[in-house]
Amino acid sequence: MSNASGLAGAAIAQAPARVRSGGSGMRRFMRQRSTIALLMCLPLILMIALLIVYPAIYAIYLSLMNKKMTRFVGLGNFTFLLRRDTFQLVLFQSCLFAITAVVLKAVIGFILAHLMHNIPSRNQRIWRGLLLVPWVIPLAMSTLTWWWMFDPTYSAFNWVLNQFGFKSIPWLGVGWTARFCTIAVNVWYGTPFFMIMYLAALKSVPEQLYEAAAIDGANAVQKLFLVTLPMMRNIISITVLFSLIVTFADFDIVRILTAGGPQDLTHVFATYAFQVGIQSGDIPLGASVSLFMLPILAVAAYFVLRGVNRRSREMAA
Amino acid sequence: MSAAAGTLGRAPRRSLASQRRWALWGSYTALTVFVLMFLVPPFYTVMTSLKSSAEISGQRGSPWIAHHPTLENFIYLINYPTFRTFFFNTVMVTLVVVAVTMVISVLAAFSLARMGFWGSQTLATGVFLTYLIPASLLFLPLFQVIGTLGLINNLWSLALIYPTLSVPFCTWIMIGYFSSIPKELDEAALIDGAGYLQMLSRIFIPVAMPGIIAATIFAFTVSWGQFLYPMAYLYTTNQMVLTVGIISDLIRGDVFQWGKIMAACVIAAAPPVLIYAFLMDYYISGLTAGATKG
Repeated sequence: MSNASGLAGAAIAQAPARVRSGGSGMRRFMRQRSTIALLMCLPLILMIALLIVYPAIYAIYLSLMNKKMTRFVGLGNFTFLLRRDTFQLVLFQSCLFAITAVVLKAVIGFILAHLMHNIPSRNQRIWRGLLLVPWVIPLAMSTLTWWWMFDPTYSAFNWVLNQFGFKSIPWLGVGWTARFCTIAVNVWYGTPFFMIMYLAALKSVPEQLYEAAAIDGANAVQKLFLVTLPMMRNIISITVLFSLIVTFADFDIVRILTAGGPQDLTHVFATYAFQVGIQSGDIPLGASVSLFMLPILAVAAYFVLRGVNRRSREMAA
Repeated sequence: MSAAAGTLGRAPRRSLASQRRWALWGSYTALTVFVLMFLVPPFYTVMTSLKSSAEISGQRGSPWIAHHPTLENFIYLINYPTFRTFFFNTVMVTLVVVAVTMVISVLAAFSLARMGFWGSQTLATGVFLTYLIPASLLFLPLFQVIGTLGLINNLWSLALIYPTLSVPFCTWIMIGYFSSIPKELDEAALIDGAGYLQMLSRIFIPVAMPGIIAATIFAFTVSWGQFLYPMAYLYTTNQMVLTVGIISDLIRGDVFQWGKIMAACVIAAAPPVLIYAFLMDYYISGLTAGATKG
């Protein structure tokens, strides 16, 4: 850094010379400016290179090794996983978990954003504050509470069911119920994020468009499909794809709530990779499990990026 | 709008007004239902944290209310050295991570938004892409990296790893804020003879303060609540942070610890919730910045 400021100092000292020499001096100035810029980015570049890009490539290398990391096994880990019943369940459950949760979050978030948009803006602050609470509590902590509410003997939900004369439900003890519970917790946690994003998008739709639609005789449904949704399309797709990535990669909820059980029915990629890689000590196999996320993430990331770029062009225009 | 309705005559306006009123009350009712549903878990956390072990084990009547509220769980935790260790470990890691994150991302964002160099556009896109790479894809190779560095079961491994989660998004937010500052300001500063670092510290940081606060809050919440990395890399209680510490130390297959566990959750959730309560607008602007700003 001191080197850079030294260069800058020299540039200032030589300023009169630069004015005289014209073009070449200006070029040197630009070169120095970009040197300083590069130096300011250096910590970021180093961090991304050493702690994100290198591990990502290393994961691919690891996935091609045997358990002791001594021998190259090619795609052996992947074919081994695909033949295992447990992993087929993981594939199915990961997709079920992510897709169901994201669809529910998107729909409920959309409804909530519309309800918020209906009430006067001076009252929106307090309601928004209350609705965002699930998103603010650290997920590991709130999932512990959910676990306690699903407790087999002391479940607070079962107490309510019993009051209405229903039988107790073994929430986390039976496959499909446990699957439903993990999805429900994810929806509870993630819906506020959708609500906030959609509300921001709704506010940016110009009021004149609705007035024009009303003059043309559009009803509420037509306004929704012909004005609101097209105007919000970009934010909806960015939010959905982004949430899809995060939900696919979810670890906290399943790990704390069920740890993959009962009978591995609720395992998703992250928790299964953790069980295989850390708990059973087979890091290459675990790395192969998490690499199965890569194609899905890559496709989603491509579309998110496209959406964000289009959005910034719209903002600039 | 009302003027336009007025010209159309009386009857439609009245029906429009009543329609509006019904929509308003319907919205309030639906919102109340959602808020109540959303607040059930936090409410139950607080209620259980106020119950004694005896009350939890001999449950009579509704579990949703603490019949004999007591602070004994909180007093136990405050006097429990292991829990204090968790708390201070979390505070230390979070402070270091927030400081490191902000230095890296403000410098980089200023450079990417204003100065530029060969490939800086690609780098800005790359930063956003790295934000989309989840921790669950990297934690196993990073386990090997941490092992090579001799940092397994060491608290500071987290301080090294967490910036990978916080820096990309913070840089992205800051690029957005810095780009929105008018170019005339830096031209004026350059004419007055300011260097780039002076320009950053005297103009950009003060003007982009809302963005800096939003980014700081983001870095704080990420490193305060992370669960996967500490779960994978730490295994003795003296190195643990709150999220894993509560789960691995307080849960011992004993049902009647739940009062203490829930009290621990209240304490662990308090800092992010308090920050949110006081700085809600910054929090939300940070949240939506990713998609709406840039």
